[in-house]
Amino acid sequence: MRTSLKTNTLRSLLAIGSMALACLGVAAENPHDPYENFNRTMYTVNKTLDTYVTRPLAQAYDASVPLPAKAGAGNFFGNLGEAWVGANSLMQGKPGDAGDSLARMLVNSTVGIFGLFDVASELGIERHNEDLGQTFAVWGAKESNYVFLPLIGPRTVRDTAGWAIEFFTDPLMGIKNNHTRYSAVAVRFVDLRAGLLPADKIVEEAAIDEYAYVRDAYLQRRQNLIYDGRPPRFDD
Amino acid sequence: MTESTTMISRFLVFFSACLLALNVAAAEAPDALVKRVSEDVLEIVKQDHGIRNGDIKKITALVDAKVLPHFDFQRMTALAVGRDWRAANAEQKKRLTEEFKALLVRTYANAVTSYSNQKLVVKPLKMKTGETEVLVRSEIQQPGAQPVQLDYWLEQQGDAWKVFDVVVAGISLVTNYREQFAKEVRDNGIDGLIATLAAKNKSLETSAAAKTARK
Repeated sequence: MRTSLKTNTLRSLLAIGSMALACLGVAAENPHDPYENFNRTMYTVNKTLDTYVTRPLAQAYDASVPLPAKAGAGNFFGNLGEAWVGANSLMQGKPGDAGDSLARMLVNSTVGIFGLFDVASELGIERHNEDLGQTFAVWGAKESNYVFLPLIGPRTVRDTAGWAIEFFTDPLMGIKNNHTRYSAVAVRFVDLRAGLLPADKIVEEAAIDEYAYVRDAYLQRRQNLIYDGRPPRFDD
Repeated sequence: MTESTTMISRFLVFFSACLLALNVAAAEAPDALVKRVSEDVLEIVKQDHGIRNGDIKKITALVDAKVLPHFDFQRMTALAVGRDWRAANAEQKKRLTEEFKALLVRTYANAVTSYSNQKLVVKPLKMKTGETEVLVRSEIQQPGAQPVQLDYWLEQQGDAWKVFDVVVAGISLVTNYREQFAKEVRDNGIDGLIATLAAKNKSLETSAAAKTARK
């Protein structure tokens, strides 16, 4: 069952990938965004989906779940990802950061009761943000083309590759019971979207062209993460 | 009065003048400035009911009074417009700055009120001597989620430090407009960009007014 789920996901990713390629050849404004027409369509699809399904769900979650429970959920999912963050720090040659992640996982899984409480942050052990896409970048993979997919959101081809591989290291995918696995993935997704609710209004009011604003924000943020918060400044 | 007491009092006057000068030269450090201003703003946001509920007029007034004096909007606008800035004439530059300022104040106000319940920590800055551009970093800590980075780029101008870029979660509120602005200038020229910005500000104002009226 698990393998077939994975092959199906891979198959649909490949299908979407070739659809994206089919849109090549359109004159592009942004050098990182050659599939702009395709991406804009997907952005609209996602926006509609978000307006009628995802955002209302996230809003309901945000309004009905009390803060301690939300914080617990966020901490829990964060803790599950900690080992992978540490592994990526190691692959990027940052053993000190990897040590932080390991320490965080040990402290939060025990004193923090299965990761529900982020005791490590209170102790001042820094939380890092790493993933395979960033590791690829550190290894020399160039900033690749931008792709926007419904539900998955903004990504680059490089980050999508990292993300697809990460699917196999995702602890939630290791849950045997189908019902529990789907529920866990859904809660994590809604929790993630709820965390972005404050950004909605900011983007809507700030953007001249919302699609371009989100794209450029995503590309900037990735650049910032790859340089661990201190990218070079390009002032013109 | 003897001659020596006159001398002494003259010396005292001179000495206190020196102290005063010294005081001005040692202007507030950039990280101290960011810390003071953000704490001020967050404190007011926490206490003011209207601001917390998104009363945009009140928020803008607050940002105007507390934050704007420390921002260099001309430089911010130049950064956002990029290469086309040099092609603009003085009048266009003035109007671009005005419109961009209005948009940015609103964005900044939205960001501040969205995260007002969280804890803000300004990180101490290790400044090298003679540095005139610095990055002051802070983070908004929220339960259950990764802290949001909120960074300010400041430039020394005379005795004061002025902010010329605000970076939220790695995204510059200023340079994130580059592509959009460049496209607008390519399609409709600098005046086209000014018109687009003015229209955007106007529609935001109208929808905010409609919202207040409904309440």
